[in-house]
Amino acid sequence: MEEKTLPRILGFLCKWCSSTGADLAGVSRLKMPASLIPIRVMCSSRVNPIFVLKAFLGGADGVLVSGCHPGDCHYQSGNYYTRRRFAVTKKIFEELGLDTNRIRLSWISASEGQRFVNVVTEFTENLKKVGKNPVKAEVFL
Amino acid sequence: MKSFKIPKSPDDTVKDILLFLLKNEKVGSIFALSKVHNNNHAYTLITDKELLSNITPTYPLMLANAGKMISRLTMIEAVKSPVAVVLRPCELRALFELVKLEQAKLDNLLFVSFTCGGVFPIKTKKDGLENKLKEYWENVKTGEDFQELRESCRICENFVPDNADIILQLAGNDTNTGTSVLIKTEKGAGFLEGIRDQFDEGSLESTTLDTIRGKRKERKQKTFADLKTEDFGIEGLINIFGRCINCHACSKACPACYCKLCYFESADSESDPSTFEIELKKRKAIRLPADTVFYHLGRLTHVGFTCVGCGMCSDVCPTNIPVSTIFSKVSERIQKAFEYTPGKDLEEKVPMSIFEMKEFEDVED
Repeated sequence: MEEKTLPRILGFLCKWCSSTGADLAGVSRLKMPASLIPIRVMCSSRVNPIFVLKAFLGGADGVLVSGCHPGDCHYQSGNYYTRRRFAVTKKIFEELGLDTNRIRLSWISASEGQRFVNVVTEFTENLKKVGKNPVKAEVFL
Repeated sequence: MKSFKIPKSPDDTVKDILLFLLKNEKVGSIFALSKVHNNNHAYTLITDKELLSNITPTYPLMLANAGKMISRLTMIEAVKSPVAVVLRPCELRALFELVKLEQAKLDNLLFVSFTCGGVFPIKTKKDGLENKLKEYWENVKTGEDFQELRESCRICENFVPDNADIILQLAGNDTNTGTSVLIKTEKGAGFLEGIRDQFDEGSLESTTLDTIRGKRKERKQKTFADLKTEDFGIEGLINIFGRCINCHACSKACPACYCKLCYFESADSESDPSTFEIELKKRKAIRLPADTVFYHLGRLTHVGFTCVGCGMCSDVCPTNIPVSTIFSKVSERIQKAFEYTPGKDLEEKVPMSIFEMKEFEDVED
């Protein structure tokens, strides 16, 4: 019953850090809300801002972009570009009155299973407060 | 800065300069706005001196962004013989951006531009633009706001073509008795060597220009504030972009939108029947054409850095969406956040191609 009221989060996780971190959380049997739908990408910089927008306008309550900590990118500098792209997306959200609470950029390393759980739990709690994505009720997109 | 005055109208002054360049074989061809059959206008590439009489470079109409046109011309290879290009400041800025994005090459191009008084929306052409010309030039002289111009021109602060080689002084200047020409660069001086025995000293900046700039800035701030984009939210976006017919004209006309295969025109963005079914289950109804808000937001993420505010997008919009005003406003904020001025300096890297180790700490955790 609880699952139905859970916010739905679409997560773009980089293969080398965040996705492995999520696996670690899994094999460590850590508990977290079942709100995240993960999509594994080779690098967080693969996430075109268009993906975030598509997810948001498609009705996701939240969109998480997650990669290696700055300096730890498997491809040296991918996540620095991710950060710039995310900054633009966030700026556009701010300027057009869209809720920036719905998008999040978190660095999670392969060893941070607990941090992955914390991020997902915290994001889910925040989104519960923010409420359902109003986009869901809109027909005219 | 070297300058000289030609006792002719701005258009004829440009013609004189270009004729000098062509006659002395300093350039092989001319790129400028011309009058073509039956009082239509178009950008043209000219090599024939006779055809020079048809050019109307300061005619207040922008049918395409010349930056984009020059990019078409020089994308694969730089032009072989020198071309004199007459264009407006925003077009020059757009071209500089395209050069940074490796979509154009500047070699062998000589830029002639002018302090710009703005242009009319394209549709004014059929509503009798000719009758408004007198009033237009009066307003260029005084620098007063002219309501019939493009919105983007009325709020434009960057009407001085900093990167041009040769600059005609129009805005804030009385051109009835003649037109002042400034030679901004060494390159310009080289090309114009011998056009005069001696030159005067001139300056690009003046208090008049500052006043005009101040007025336009004030207008811009007011226009941006009135737009209230911060209050849009999803509902506001649907209200504004709800009348979009997905024709993609704004993207076709936009100099900053340079992708050969746009995501929004690719197979990736097509929805198959099952997608519609899923959407229908979720929403009970869907709008067609779909994804108009998505298209505009997506385009914003792509052109936000490069937008030079030329106003082509608004002008070509068949449903009168104030695309340019919204894009200019959001872009201004993005450019401020990245401390980037599009089209100003070729050495300044495009924000998406560089990064700092420590920055934007407020967006990450």
